[in-house]
Amino acid sequence: MYVAVKGGERAIDNAHAWLAEERRGDPAVPALSIAQIREQMALAVNRVMAEGSLYDPDLAALAIKQARGDLIEAVFLIRAYRTTLPRLTASRPVDTGAMAVDRRVSATFKDLPGGQVLGPTFDYTHRLLDFALMAEGPSDTPSTPPVAESGPVAQRVPHVTSFLNRDGLIEAATPSDITPPDLTREPMELPATRPLRLQALTRGDEGFVLSMAYSTQRGYGRTHAFVGELRIGMVPVKVEIPELGFAVEIGEVELTECETVNQFKGSKTEPPQFTRGYGLVFGQSERKAIAMSLVDRALRWEELGEDFTGAPAQDEEFVLMHCDNIQATGFLEHIKLPHYVDFQAELELVRRLRTEAQAMQEAAE
Amino acid sequence: MTDAPHAARKSWMATLAKAPPARLQALMPDPPPHDLLRAPEVGAVMVQGRTGATGAPFNLGEMTVTRASVRLACGTVGHAWVQGRDKAHARRAALADALLQTDAAPATMTQIIAPLQAEAASEKAERAAKAAGTKVEFFTMVRGDNV
Amino acid sequence: MTLHADALSGGFTDAPTQSARAFRAVLEAMARPGTIHTVEGAAPPAPLSLAAGVALLTLADATTPMHLAGAADCQPVRDWVAFHIGAPLVSAEDADFALGTWAALQPVTRFKIGQPDYPDRSATLIVEVDRLTNHGPALTGPGIALVTWLSLPETAAFHANRALFPLGFDCLFTFGNRLAGLPRSTRVEKI
Repeated sequence: MYVAVKGGERAIDNAHAWLAEERRGDPAVPALSIAQIREQMALAVNRVMAEGSLYDPDLAALAIKQARGDLIEAVFLIRAYRTTLPRLTASRPVDTGAMAVDRRVSATFKDLPGGQVLGPTFDYTHRLLDFALMAEGPSDTPSTPPVAESGPVAQRVPHVTSFLNRDGLIEAATPSDITPPDLTREPMELPATRPLRLQALTRGDEGFVLSMAYSTQRGYGRTHAFVGELRIGMVPVKVEIPELGFAVEIGEVELTECETVNQFKGSKTEPPQFTRGYGLVFGQSERKAIAMSLVDRALRWEELGEDFTGAPAQDEEFVLMHCDNIQATGFLEHIKLPHYVDFQAELELVRRLRTEAQAMQEAAE
Repeated sequence: MTDAPHAARKSWMATLAKAPPARLQALMPDPPPHDLLRAPEVGAVMVQGRTGATGAPFNLGEMTVTRASVRLACGTVGHAWVQGRDKAHARRAALADALLQTDAAPATMTQIIAPLQAEAASEKAERAAKAAGTKVEFFTMVRGDNV
Repeated sequence: MTLHADALSGGFTDAPTQSARAFRAVLEAMARPGTIHTVEGAAPPAPLSLAAGVALLTLADATTPMHLAGAADCQPVRDWVAFHIGAPLVSAEDADFALGTWAALQPVTRFKIGQPDYPDRSATLIVEVDRLTNHGPALTGPGIALVTWLSLPETAAFHANRALFPLGFDCLFTFGNRLAGLPRSTRVEKI
């Protein structure tokens, strides 16, 4: 039976009004400014930029405020906004070797040119709640960190993998200028190329990519990864200006880059050497960048002639079709919306089956 | 095309693009009369990275960008592409780009570009010094096989 | 390369409104093949018509490879496209949009017709004509109540293109400030 329903406008309007009030919370508590969110919730802002796939800290902060801190909802707002922007052009590929590093560590080489630079990291904190932060006011003004007497970090910090590359111990990353596929413009086609996989992973859900990476460490598609290098800092973005015919720096983005070095015993097609996994993410997003590089490496099994062990992280379709949290939440949450007609059909079916089952039982008795 | 012939213009355009909008406004309070050839337009640029830092390009994500093109009364044309969504920033940057191609170039250089560059350099140096402050100095412990 | 100043003018001055109006005109032209629509807002360099300029500003951007054919492939047009549209200029085989007179666009069989799973990955030809009236070959098919007529340059090529359906290229005919559409779904008959 089909029942046409209409209505609910008033209820929806009232729900929106209540949502606005709840978003604001207790009016006796001062409202958050966008600048406060941008400056003090910077890692949430970074996550929204990375998964929203749009670098604009003010907009990400606005999205977080509007979404009441629901980061996936904020990512949704950013994704919706970016569809309204004309795509002016693509940048030149960024040169992460020219990064002004805030942080740069290697788990494989202790003494490397440029040194181990810890940067503003949580790594050596004790994970004890700092109740001093609860007391608002001037107490939350940290002292300026001391600077080095030996002078600043070098302007250009070489990549760790370039040292291994010199000895031929690691696979080369051969430069090319092929125009990469863009999954925001063309539907994703499988099998995907590595550039397409990296685009999907860098905008993928941090939790999903993290869990996939963790599964490889626990043995589901093991890749024996070490963090060859992890670096965070500002990188200039250069764009070829059509009206000028040359490239100009139009700004800077903060990026986190992770290169893993993976033990590789060789295969039918490749000699024993180290192989690489790669992660590059907007903002200071260290966990995501490491996870991305592990999953990238796991997905490369075919190209490197490794065996497919059936591990989820090796399964390109599984990873790429499920890593996007906006696609996932859209499909997941739609089942709460009216399905009255679908369900009516189900109800009819179950009733009929029950009647039939009952009739058969009675006939048997 | 080599980078050399346009080095000066690239440098000032980069400086203007990266300038804090409020600072540029303070340095250029009275923009000269001009026509808009391209009214400030907000859009997105797809930022690309490279696989393994040096390999094949891939799409990393977009950034917001505003561009504008202006023509001064003398006919000189200026262009700007700047990060973010600030239309006034793009317009001022395009105006400064135009002025830097006219007789007003030396004054514009001293009054606008030089202070912006000095401020950017000092901010960068300050951050690099903080980073260097977190550089690890390893002390190798005496090991039996080294004695 | 620094563009000549003329290349920097002649774009939309109020892009959101003008492009929305132009898009509506192009949409109507394609949805109702044979109807002739007046457009405004562009002043492209010669030999482009105003309508061709409007169509390019509205439909093309940096992600749509474009082919300029014949006289349209001149420096002033290239510069204008670079500044206002940013579309990469490519050979006919790779183009999403192609612009030129019907003669210059020949042979039209070189343009993309899409793939069976993605028929949309085909070319749109913007054909500059020297007259655009509702006299000429008869058009029938989706978007046409009974029959309509359009001053097409020929019929054989459109016959062949219709036979490829759902693949094939689509056409916009431009003359002065007017344009008309001929999507691949339209049947063309000589009268």
